[in-house]
Amino acid sequence: MEKKLYTLIVYSENIAGILNQITAVFTRRQINIESLNVSASSIEGVHKYTITIWAEEDTVIKVVKQIEKKIEVLQAHYFTDDEIFYHEIALYKLATPELENNSYISKVVRRYGASIVEVNPVYSIVKKAGMSDEISSLYDELQALGCVLQFVRSGRVAITKSCVERVNEYLADREMKHLQKNK
Amino acid sequence: MTKEKITGAEALMRSLEHQGVTTLFGYPGGSIMPVFDALFDHSAQLNHILVRHEQAAAHAAEGYARVSGKVGVCLVTSGPGATNTITGIADAMIDSTPIVVIAGQVGTPFLGSDAFQEVDLVGITQPISKWSYQIRRAEDVPMAVAKAFYIAQSGRPGPVVLDFAKNAQVESFEYEPVDVDFIRSYVPVPDTDMTSLEEAAKMINSAKRPFALVGQGVTLGNAQKELLTFLEKADIPCGTTLLGLSDIPTSHRLNKGMLGMHGNLGPNVKTNECDVLIAIGMRFDDRVTGNLATYARQAKIIHLDIDPAEINKNVKVDVAVMGDCKQTLPQLTDMITFAHHEEWIASFREHEQLEYERVIKNEVYPADGPLKMGEVARAVSDAAGDKAVLVTDVGQNQMLSARYFRYNRNRSIITSGGLGTMGFGLPAAIGATFGDSERIICAFMGDGGLQMSIQELGTIMEQKAPVKIILLNNNYLGNVRQWQAMFFNRRYSFTPMMNPDYMKIAEAYGIPSRLVVKREELSQGIEQMLNTDGPFLLEVAVIEEGNVLPMTPPGGTVNEMLLEC
Repeated sequence: MEKKLYTLIVYSENIAGILNQITAVFTRRQINIESLNVSASSIEGVHKYTITIWAEEDTVIKVVKQIEKKIEVLQAHYFTDDEIFYHEIALYKLATPELENNSYISKVVRRYGASIVEVNPVYSIVKKAGMSDEISSLYDELQALGCVLQFVRSGRVAITKSCVERVNEYLADREMKHLQKNK
Repeated sequence: MTKEKITGAEALMRSLEHQGVTTLFGYPGGSIMPVFDALFDHSAQLNHILVRHEQAAAHAAEGYARVSGKVGVCLVTSGPGATNTITGIADAMIDSTPIVVIAGQVGTPFLGSDAFQEVDLVGITQPISKWSYQIRRAEDVPMAVAKAFYIAQSGRPGPVVLDFAKNAQVESFEYEPVDVDFIRSYVPVPDTDMTSLEEAAKMINSAKRPFALVGQGVTLGNAQKELLTFLEKADIPCGTTLLGLSDIPTSHRLNKGMLGMHGNLGPNVKTNECDVLIAIGMRFDDRVTGNLATYARQAKIIHLDIDPAEINKNVKVDVAVMGDCKQTLPQLTDMITFAHHEEWIASFREHEQLEYERVIKNEVYPADGPLKMGEVARAVSDAAGDKAVLVTDVGQNQMLSARYFRYNRNRSIITSGGLGTMGFGLPAAIGATFGDSERIICAFMGDGGLQMSIQELGTIMEQKAPVKIILLNNNYLGNVRQWQAMFFNRRYSFTPMMNPDYMKIAEAYGIPSRLVVKREELSQGIEQMLNTDGPFLLEVAVIEEGNVLPMTPPGGTVNEMLLEC
């Protein structure tokens, strides 16, 4: 089976220590996490984890089930790139003198739809939001021009293309079953 | 009226009593002293068994849980007290045993400061427990305890750790009992999909050579009756895993014996001949399957389990029936048709005969030579009868006693299956005597495993715990020696072991004992052991280089078992 890039979306209760439990599932199987983003979700008290890994689908399925088994994890799902909208953000710290001396640099920045968010005599900061490839390729071009002082990129954030909000459904279903049981 | 304020330690006592706890296994220490102080006033309701090492407290809690079906509880201090329970927690995790380990912890202001006897217990135990939680405030005690017991025993059971900070033990709050039967992020029993039941029934109904694999899930679901009704209706022969041995009587015509590396020939061979394989509450452990590439490739596979993460983990299945087998088995039984498979069932016989001639006859009924381990196990089983519970340590003593014991009642085997923990047997047997005082707890161990927990003879002495210890002494770490003989050119690297005089050790602890060397003395020795009230140590000098057979070598194929080595 072929290794592909998968995006896992995990929802958990907002409790300390869950991230540790989730990453441990990957560590046990020696899977390297490519990127990781943790933030609050649209549901109060629920945290959302967006994790990308290179793996075979068989392995991803097992990992997802082992993550979902953690008591405080609400749901875990995996997606291929065509099933999600995703984005990353990157910041590039460039040497201002280089930027001023070489007008081609700002052309490149504009071509990528990136914006300059800070300029001072020493350095300037370029911000670029987009897909991984664009961010990498902008980096490569700037690097070739010899003006990059620092570079940082975020983990992937992703939203599903599906019209069904599975976490909301899960929570509603859990509440309903609990109420029925107690009647 | 203002409610009464009590300390966190006192709240723990009341919460445990609220959960119906009657027995605790533990060991005091600095960070858990307020709890032990509260326990002093609750000793009428909560029987605390003082062990001699915290690892034994965890194993005793496991033994208690395994024989009774209730949650085993242990109570230890922070730092080394807590880390000593790790092996027991890992053992309970892999064997799905419901225990709650309550450990002291330094006060919250000291957390993270490398304080005396501080250890990150939650961090350490997260990967090896079902749930691990730190109690930092006294008012969290009732909820934490209620959740701990709910999680430990619901769904697929497992160990839960409560890390109890010292300040939370001494602070006061208004106590009110708490019950938990719902955690929104935790689905203990997954919904059963009716289509999966229909597909499974269809497969079973068209099967010519169906074969069932019975695991501990049946024990945990108390579904032994449901299992029998199911198997009998469609006339399905079965093999059991090590932990599932007592789910169906040994003598039942559909019980074809034990699966796995040292299981019986018939069920292993037939795994690769059946047309429909029905796995019930078992997890296709590598000790059962051997080489996955050659495992049951010809069969359609149905897997009944409560844990979604077990489906397709090791073996790809055709139909997964999720749910508690207590419910899914009767549902499936209703949907299958009556059937007869005489010829298929009779086809096991040639393997039974072959195994009898080549292995069993010499192991259980040897005419001369030194005593054999299998012979001792069968003799004890025959003498002790249905009331016996087999508790084993790990190694040759485990495999041979498990193979030759006969089971006729539920919850008659307690053994460390997944983790293979040497030193498990003696403390687990102690726990079992408290879990069910009506039964005869027979603990089989080797000279290696006994010495790993030998300090627990002190607990047995103090509690007069009626553990019948059968020490199969071969002066070797026998299982490893056997592998060295088979796979390492007979290079016995550190497996011969010098032994102490166990009769003197037993005497020092005031435990009646007897050494049996000759075959003629065996039945007398067993009689004496069973007729003695309380504990007894029966040491049997067994064949030094005895082997466990048959055997599927690691990575081997289930239908190519070795009958000799």
